[in-house]
Amino acid sequence: MDWNLIFENTLKGFIGINAVYFAIAALGLNVQFGYTGLLNFGQAGFMACGAYGLGMTAHYFDISFWWGIPIGIVFSVLLGLLMGIPTLRLRADYLAIVTIASAEIIRLVVRSVKFKTYFGGSDGINGFSDSFRSLGNDFGIEEADEYGFWPFKFTGRELWTLIIGWLLVALFGFVVYKLMKSPWGRVLKAIREDEDAVKSLGKNVYSYKMQSLILGGVIGTVSGMIFALDRGSVQPDNYSRDLTFYILTALVLGGVAKVSGSIVGSMMFWGLFTFMDNFLRQVAKDPVSIGNFTIMKSTQVGQLNFILIGITLILLMVFRPQGVFGNRKEMAFDGH
Amino acid sequence: MDTERTYGEVATRARDSFQGVERLPGARKHDPILTADNIRREFGGIVAVNVDHFEVQKGSITALIGPNGAGKTTFFNLLTGFDQPNSGDWNFNGKAMNGVASHRTAALGMVRTFQLTKSLTKLSVIENMRLGATDQKGEKWWNGLFAAVWKGQEAEITERADELLARFKMDHMRDEYAGSLSGGQRKLLEMARALMTNPTLVMLDEPMAGVNPALKQSLNQHIRGLRDDGMTVLFVEHDMDMVHDVSDWVIVMAEGRIIAEGTPDDISSNPAVIDAYLGTRQGQSLLEGE
Amino acid sequence: MMENSIVLHAQDLVAGYIPEVNILNGCDLEVRAGEFVGIIGPNGAGKSTLLKAILGLCKVRSGSISLNGVDITGRKAHELVPLGVGYVPQTKNVFPSLTVKENLEMGCFLKPSVFKERFAYVAAMFPKLADRAAQRAGALSGGERQMVAMGRALMLEPKVLLLDEPSAGLSPALQDEVFVQCRTINASGVAILMVEQNARRCLQVVNRGYVLDQGRNAYTGTGRELLGDPNVIELYLGTLAKATGG
Repeated sequence: MDWNLIFENTLKGFIGINAVYFAIAALGLNVQFGYTGLLNFGQAGFMACGAYGLGMTAHYFDISFWWGIPIGIVFSVLLGLLMGIPTLRLRADYLAIVTIASAEIIRLVVRSVKFKTYFGGSDGINGFSDSFRSLGNDFGIEEADEYGFWPFKFTGRELWTLIIGWLLVALFGFVVYKLMKSPWGRVLKAIREDEDAVKSLGKNVYSYKMQSLILGGVIGTVSGMIFALDRGSVQPDNYSRDLTFYILTALVLGGVAKVSGSIVGSMMFWGLFTFMDNFLRQVAKDPVSIGNFTIMKSTQVGQLNFILIGITLILLMVFRPQGVFGNRKEMAFDGH
Repeated sequence: MDTERTYGEVATRARDSFQGVERLPGARKHDPILTADNIRREFGGIVAVNVDHFEVQKGSITALIGPNGAGKTTFFNLLTGFDQPNSGDWNFNGKAMNGVASHRTAALGMVRTFQLTKSLTKLSVIENMRLGATDQKGEKWWNGLFAAVWKGQEAEITERADELLARFKMDHMRDEYAGSLSGGQRKLLEMARALMTNPTLVMLDEPMAGVNPALKQSLNQHIRGLRDDGMTVLFVEHDMDMVHDVSDWVIVMAEGRIIAEGTPDDISSNPAVIDAYLGTRQGQSLLEGE
Repeated sequence: MMENSIVLHAQDLVAGYIPEVNILNGCDLEVRAGEFVGIIGPNGAGKSTLLKAILGLCKVRSGSISLNGVDITGRKAHELVPLGVGYVPQTKNVFPSLTVKENLEMGCFLKPSVFKERFAYVAAMFPKLADRAAQRAGALSGGERQMVAMGRALMLEPKVLLLDEPSAGLSPALQDEVFVQCRTINASGVAILMVEQNARRCLQVVNRGYVLDQGRNAYTGTGRELLGDPNVIELYLGTLAKATGG
């Protein structure tokens, strides 16, 4: 049992790029769901907008990489409008259905053979992140070099993405925090609870909901961009329903409607996941058996990991539903 | 037990404005702020509201009374855009309101409260109040990040909110979650919050249900103060003591129609109203031996 | 008033809903057999909380409650019904999708055999209910629903009936009817503990009253005494008494 390795990987899991892009996506989802009460089950779709915005710029539009950022954001705004216009005047469930459907439609479209020229089909798009890398080089971070000290050892490539990633987390964390403390944020929180009350005070609820949906979507899009830059590729199957629900899990784990919740929840999700993964792999190096009965082989580690995470989350909801940073008092008002 | 009260200038004008107004359903007023014609609302065969004509005198305190199921709340919903009538037209301050969205009617100065209180339980009392203020720069998303833009306005709003809370005797609860308030306190909060919008016509749906009598009496003074500030008040109420004390005019609804109009005294002696709503024990004590 | 046995006795109750926030701050109360007791007071005083604490619907943090001498502190509501406690909550007090008759059947769920006899009793008290027996309770007006709720609570012949603001939302005519009706029910031997916002009418029909303020007892006395007490008038009753006859 190599505890050193487990420890090192777990720590890296806590602060790694997965936690980063989850945190940014969770911040976006928090704006929509945590603060405004919008059931967005298609955050993966917004992330795909960002990733494909970058990818298409290189692959199809053939212009400078940096244009990918505003392009991705434009895709995101369009998606938000598309989802919101038909549904935001209706009950919350309609938005939920439309968002799940939209995200899946996006995934199937970008994956399709018909649009392969634009989106790269099921292989996706590669090799667009060079400009990003060279910017890192300009700042003195060489790709191949190793930086840091045990247990935080990263290659230059990893480090650069991490630095930018965490800066973005801090930026969006700050932005969301400030916005939610402002009168604008107050209107959103009120809408979450009772739209009629807000309408009776003269405020255009539909407009505010749209603003929240789009802001949360744009933040999700940035998350998708970081994700794609880290991998150096855009793969359609990465942006599936599962992704949306894992992000939602991280959000609820950390505590809904709290900026710290989005960030810490994501870190904890990945820290725990990485720990279990490494731990179980060590345990299952040789197949685990009781007598003649094989319980676990190394190939089953991944699945078992997800099962255990699921159980942990159920227990969490039973014993601490407000998450790590959530407010117990506020939750007590649900249903009053 | 008649309280001898002297009426101020505004109050006298309001009461006098009803001289010569017919004591009949749908009576025309001298200077109506709200008029409605042929408002009809049906729910699958049941006619909830069927009002031929309705006028509210500007600057008055008008009570809308009637039994449960008379259609008073539905009528409020129709007038303020929270529901759409099957037919009918109505004007507020001369402006046609048919088809105007609910948040727009409120922005135009026609503000209503709800029978089933909608206090925002997860916000504090003071935050509920701040929400009520209109034209807040900080509510625009592009200003949200720049506190310098809206800090000053927020301080003004907070001051006004604290004043109102003090008048409603709720200032000691300003930082509590609205969810921890009792039913009656939430009613008061909703009324105070509605007043933050500086309405022209304030429509209160059972504003004092669950509020204890002594506090109701002091709040009546506040409602009179609203009239003195130039607001028109239309409210639904079941407490006849309160209606007698504060209203200039009473409109009675039953089964979706207006069945009577008049001063509180006119209404208390109207046989149709006694039959449909007041009962024969009004004005008498229930103490045994009286 | 004869020296009747004490049916319900609450001592020094401290209770609340949210952690760390107490609504009742040490409150006492007693109801004797056949007595009609009212509870009035300002908003947030804890009137509804008091009833809920007695019924185990709200956490009692300290103090005790006894029913006919037996300690019932913290016992769940469904355990108290067979012990002779009836309850009419302020809201959601009928099953709207069930008929009037079915609602009343639910009232004697624990002893279905008494249905016929008790239904006759309730119908005699509220003739309108007999007429509407087959109608869905949700389709009835507010006043009629109130009658169904009360009838339902009476099905198991309770020794003490707890009423939470029975006049709430009713027209003046119906309010007066409800209060008179409560007096009739009380006359048949059922002790009643009634929380009310219509303070004046409440004090006019009860034997004794408690005034609650900030979770504590503020004033106690007979209905008549409290109606005449200048402090009570100033703080709780107000001087507007045109409709309730002063």
